[in-house]
Amino acid sequence: MNMRISAGEFTERSLQIIRDLKHLEGPMLPILHAIQAEFGYVPEEVKPVIASELNLSRAEVHGVVTFYHEFRDHPAGRHVLKLCRAEACQSMGSDRIADHARQLLGIDFHQTTLDGAVTLEPVYCLGLCACAPAAMLDGEVFGRVDELCLSEIVAGLNR
Amino acid sequence: MTVTIFVPRDAAALALGAEKVANAIIAEIAARGLDAKVVRNGSRGMFWLEPLIEVSTEHGRIAYGPVKAGDVKGLFDSGFLEGGQHALHLGPTEDIPFLRQQTRLTFSRCGVTDPLSLDDYRHYQGLKGLENAIAMTRAEIVAQVTDSGLRGRGGAGFPTGIKWKTVMDAAASQKYIVCNADEGDSATFADRMIMEGDPFVLIEGMIIAGIATGATKGYVYTRSEYPHAIATMRQAVEIARAAGILGPSVMGSVHAFDMEVRSGAGAYVCGEETSLLNSLEGKRGIVRAKPPLPALQGFLGRPTVVNNVISLASVPVIMDRGAAFYRDFGMGRSRGTIPIQIAGNVKCGGLYETAFGLSLGEIVDHIGGGTATGRPIKAVQVGGPLGAYFPRALFDTPFDYEAFAARDGLIGHAGITVFDDSADMLKQARFAMEFCAVESCGKCTPCRIGSTRGVETADKIAQGIEPEKNKALLADLCNTMKFGSLCALGGFTPYPVMSAMNHFPEDFSPAPMVEAAE
Repeated sequence: MNMRISAGEFTERSLQIIRDLKHLEGPMLPILHAIQAEFGYVPEEVKPVIASELNLSRAEVHGVVTFYHEFRDHPAGRHVLKLCRAEACQSMGSDRIADHARQLLGIDFHQTTLDGAVTLEPVYCLGLCACAPAAMLDGEVFGRVDELCLSEIVAGLNR
Repeated sequence: MTVTIFVPRDAAALALGAEKVANAIIAEIAARGLDAKVVRNGSRGMFWLEPLIEVSTEHGRIAYGPVKAGDVKGLFDSGFLEGGQHALHLGPTEDIPFLRQQTRLTFSRCGVTDPLSLDDYRHYQGLKGLENAIAMTRAEIVAQVTDSGLRGRGGAGFPTGIKWKTVMDAAASQKYIVCNADEGDSATFADRMIMEGDPFVLIEGMIIAGIATGATKGYVYTRSEYPHAIATMRQAVEIARAAGILGPSVMGSVHAFDMEVRSGAGAYVCGEETSLLNSLEGKRGIVRAKPPLPALQGFLGRPTVVNNVISLASVPVIMDRGAAFYRDFGMGRSRGTIPIQIAGNVKCGGLYETAFGLSLGEIVDHIGGGTATGRPIKAVQVGGPLGAYFPRALFDTPFDYEAFAARDGLIGHAGITVFDDSADMLKQARFAMEFCAVESCGKCTPCRIGSTRGVETADKIAQGIEPEKNKALLADLCNTMKFGSLCALGGFTPYPVMSAMNHFPEDFSPAPMVEAAE
């Protein structure tokens, strides 16, 4: 994950992904998802490769990547903790849970702990609104999250 | 005979520990050498009881919940395989009042079946609507959907049959069915529950839409925040394809239809249909001006039906039982059933499918049972982040598209968030503006700039800076956004803001402390 990747390798690995998917109607988002799954983010070096393969300008590719909250321009921590901040979770005290998370991890939203273990992100609705507040750790979901539950999630992380 | 134990695989059940419970049950069955198996079903939608475990007995399915992994041993000791008594025993599932009082048409199988079992799907009336549709002409299918009175369940409430007719009548070499599964509104989870709990009903609805309009390709555009729904939908599509339900000859007929599941990338505005189409095409999710309507120039400029998950998932039952059967439920121009999602600070939260017409008070007080915290209800927000806040004084409003519109609200995707008396409505109004500022696609000025100015103005009111002037300014800003925005994001953000200001003026009063300091 943290190994250095040369520009040539970025090109080679992304070309493979793009060529597997470019036959789709509207292939851009599937390609970007696959690129992010491969590298953990959408590297700057990959944008001209996508542009060239899809016959778009580099600016167009950059425009798409930056429009969506999901796509990263740098790698996240080894774990990503998402806390829902939308209305249903607010009604059950998600602001308090968010403060607790900031304090536990010593970081704010959109930041990663110094040891590279955890990135904290807000999310606007996980569809778990009848068991709020909700959280997601690397794709695993948690409902009725309280301070104790959050402390256990964080303590259980492989740091 | 092998006893079947149902443990939900719905994301909300998983969030409450269903996976650990399932593993504990499997371990206990093995340790005791019992003749029993675990089936992973969808959720029944009673989330205060999740994980809700069911055992199939000779007296029907018996429910236990909410079950923790630590309860499993005790359940076996109490003989729960025969429906034995236990502190968590809830009796026959279908007799639980929350479930018994519902009219489950769209959600009839959700929580009952194994979502990925086609045999289960067929056993519970699945594919009957499609079989009927195959035997009909296009015009007959469209007429049946029109006559049912079905309106878009995504929020706009546009008659589904009329949209289909426009696409049917459009001449093109390729047409599309696009399912809008970008369920981003807080308090809504009906789409997620269908995709995780009964994915074949959505596939069936999309195929029927395809046959009716002459579209041979479908896309489900859903959210990256829904990994479980994406995985289940993709598996269901493969199963349907392998069974010949999707493909060049749908169930052996002359009709071709195939589909793909696509994931968005965390942009709320992509729930707006034209923004969704741009995103599906691989562009920035910028809203398009209408006309041209997506029905005529939609995905890749071709005629496209864009329907919400629940609209499409309601079509099979209409084609199976007939337009009149469906239309006989409901009130006024709101026909059929609506899956109401009761969420937030509520005692009995979940999905409640019923005919239109229940009052808001019946829904939150009687069905939802009041707040989870036990404090009085202050406000309920109906219709997600773009829906109005209703005070108790308006709890007599019937759940109906027109009745809500008449009171400056909307039912949207039918999500209800309950707030207790600790809620600060100025803070909620500010959040509505902040959310709009973060999620605005940026194309039109009222939404892009108005939302940012709205946040600043709300902050000034909170700080007690010229409150009367700033309240008037906020109202004026809302007026501009409502009438000047291109889509519902900027156009409807005024609903939560204005309703908070109008119904809860006390929260918008200047802080006395700041006044004194000036």
